[in-house]
Amino acid sequence: MSTAPTPAPAASRAGMKKELPERFKAYKHVWVFIEYEHGQIHPVSLELLGEGRKLADKLGSELAGVLLGGGRAALQAAATEVWEHGADLVYVCADPLLEHYRNEPYARVMTDLVNTYQPEIVLLGATVLGRDLAGAVATTLLTGLTADCTELAIDDERSLAATRPTFGGSLLCTIHTLNFRPQMATVRPRVMAMPPRTPGRQGRIIEHATGLHEDDIITKVLRFLPDRDSNKAQLAYADIVVAGGMGLRSPENLQHVRELAAVLGGEWGGSRPLVQKGWMEADRQIGQTGKTIRPKLYIAAGISGAIQHRVGVEGADTLIAINTDRNAPIFDIAHLGIVGDAILLLPVLTEAFRKRLSVNRLAG
Amino acid sequence: MHIVVCIKQVPDSAQIRVHPVTNTIMRQGVPTIINPYDLFALEEALRLRDRFGGEVTVLTMGPPMAEDSLRKALGIGADRGVLLTDRFFAGSDTLATSYALAQAVRKIGETWGVPEIVFTGKQTIDGDTAQVGPGIACRLGLQQLTYVASIQNLDLAGGTITVSRRAEGGVQELKTKIPALITMLEGSNEVRRGSIGDVLRGARAELVVWNAQAAGIADMTNCGLRGSPTVVKRVFAPKGRAIKAIQIDTKDRDNEAIVEDLIARLYAVQPSLEDDLLRMAAGY
Ligand SMILES: Cc1cc2nc3c(=O)[nH]c(=O)nc-3n(C[C@H](O)[C@H](O)[C@H](O)COP(=O)(O)OP(=O)(O)OC[C@H]3O[C@@H](n4cnc5c(N)ncnc54)[C@H](O)[C@@H]3O)c2cc1C
Ligand SMILES: Nc1ncnc2c1ncn2[C@@H]1O[C@H](COP(=O)(O)O)[C@@H](O)[C@H]1O
Repeated sequence: MSTAPTPAPAASRAGMKKELPERFKAYKHVWVFIEYEHGQIHPVSLELLGEGRKLADKLGSELAGVLLGGGRAALQAAATEVWEHGADLVYVCADPLLEHYRNEPYARVMTDLVNTYQPEIVLLGATVLGRDLAGAVATTLLTGLTADCTELAIDDERSLAATRPTFGGSLLCTIHTLNFRPQMATVRPRVMAMPPRTPGRQGRIIEHATGLHEDDIITKVLRFLPDRDSNKAQLAYADIVVAGGMGLRSPENLQHVRELAAVLGGEWGGSRPLVQKGWMEADRQIGQTGKTIRPKLYIAAGISGAIQHRVGVEGADTLIAINTDRNAPIFDIAHLGIVGDAILLLPVLTEAFRKRLSVNRLAG
Repeated sequence: MHIVVCIKQVPDSAQIRVHPVTNTIMRQGVPTIINPYDLFALEEALRLRDRFGGEVTVLTMGPPMAEDSLRKALGIGADRGVLLTDRFFAGSDTLATSYALAQAVRKIGETWGVPEIVFTGKQTIDGDTAQVGPGIACRLGLQQLTYVASIQNLDLAGGTITVSRRAEGGVQELKTKIPALITMLEGSNEVRRGSIGDVLRGARAELVVWNAQAAGIADMTNCGLRGSPTVVKRVFAPKGRAIKAIQIDTKDRDNEAIVEDLIARLYAVQPSLEDDLLRMAAGY
């Protein structure tokens, strides 16, 4: 939503009748756009297959993955991974022009696929690539697109109910695409849980010819420079994350956060003011405008727990908060809390874990 | 050259309050700002203008009070402000917003010259979708360059532009033809302070105010609620966790004891974690 939703229009339109135009009635099945680059499927696509499976089962329809890329053999191999994460079939579009992501050819092929096979729902990861693609495809199809959903469900009228935070997470709103198809939505990495993989699970492949010609594509990729520090990308997928906030008081004290993370074999990050103050790189920011994380353990040290931070960490299995203020909002979402000074406690915690983990290693 | 920058006036979201009973946004007294991400787009546009000459037009769609944001942008150095305002635009989702803005960009082009580049921010802090930029590009048939970190080269005579953009797992260098639409990545430049002269000019300047018809929109079915395929059915406050945190007792205990208690509790609430940590420590 561009004009942020307010309850007024919500109320006035809530009673609007759903009248799906005749031409959309044939639209069926749930699709997940599979982000496949540099020989790998982005984990968010697999997370979406888990969500898509539930939606398809509720609708009694099929779940399909859509795989675009350069090499046919590689895509067919990738299709196995898509089946094993829950898809019934995979649309495969192999064309050297699709080797590296570019908006124009990808948007064209996606639009063509949708018009040809007519899915009811199309889900994409809210990654840099997914957002770039989704906006263009939805506008070309003139259909609704709900960004950064945190919950997807099917309502009584078989329509997709897409819930997303608005106003920086202060409110949630549930958005429907009533009279258009497909219903499109994006979801950020790590918002949905990874579905279990079923080795050996098989499905069908439908190959679709792209009909692309390089001469028609105006934008050229001159170069691709992979990120040097590959650790940056790992924060979102780390099992253990230790993060610091303004309560650490000085950039030097971030060292305590890094050391605890190292002992636990995890990643480290922080709240947004740390980036604004130049204490830490933007890639390590956790929250609404940073990374969403879903670790087994999250330790928040000197972080108040503002709503924008909270929306990025709520998926943690266990959240430990250390804060001097017993009324800090972080304690509303933490599982375990210590009202105390993080600057003093972090080194002690690091030492305690170091001992336990190394003693046990010797014993084992 | 002519550059159009789309800016949005947004509530300063850090200060948004939600009414505890009605769950509605309490807008009264909430200060508004130019969407912070749009300032990077504005700055980049001003830099290009300073280098190549020409004009920067800022465009916003919103209620009449959105003219504040245009005056601020003029105060930073933009040359012209266009306010697109009409009750028909109320309730626009991204598709309807991109329609109205695209029509206005067309009209701006007819009136003051076709822009070589249209800029938007990466995303807004209230809508937060990052869809309006691509939507405008798509509707105007412009090449779409999102998450641009820097403009490497602009060849006005040859009609080409080369940019580096943030891509998944790296930086992509792209070359394309102008006119193009660029969504600018945050932090890619340092936003200037306007000169006193600009600030005064901004405060006094005559703004261009268009309703739908003036922007060349004849068909209102693409605008506002009617032109929005998405419908907000429910707005509600996120629910907190039902159970409060287990607080580790700190009274009369030294830090070692507190930490031991914490670890014991942690392993109690999540027994598998101990194994996981040991395995990781052992390097599996
Ligand atoms: C549009 C928008 C987007 C945003 N996106 C994000 C985002 O993605 N991520 C994010 O984190 N923020 C985001 N923010 C900012 C957010 O609103 C908060 O301002 C920010 O999270 C606060 O960071 P903090 O908790 O580290 O600092 P503070 O709010 O200053 O809190 C510091 C905390 O440390 C405690 N403390 C002080 N001393 C100690 C000590 N010695 N030991 C332990 N505790 C101590 C204090 O009690 C306090 O709770 C966003 C804001 C806006 C407007
Ligand atoms: N009402 C509006 N008026 C002008 N520009 C807008 C408006 N809404 C969105 N934009 C532009 O589109 C970008 C993306 O917005 P969004 O899709 O809401 O995240 C913003 O950074 C603005 O540059």
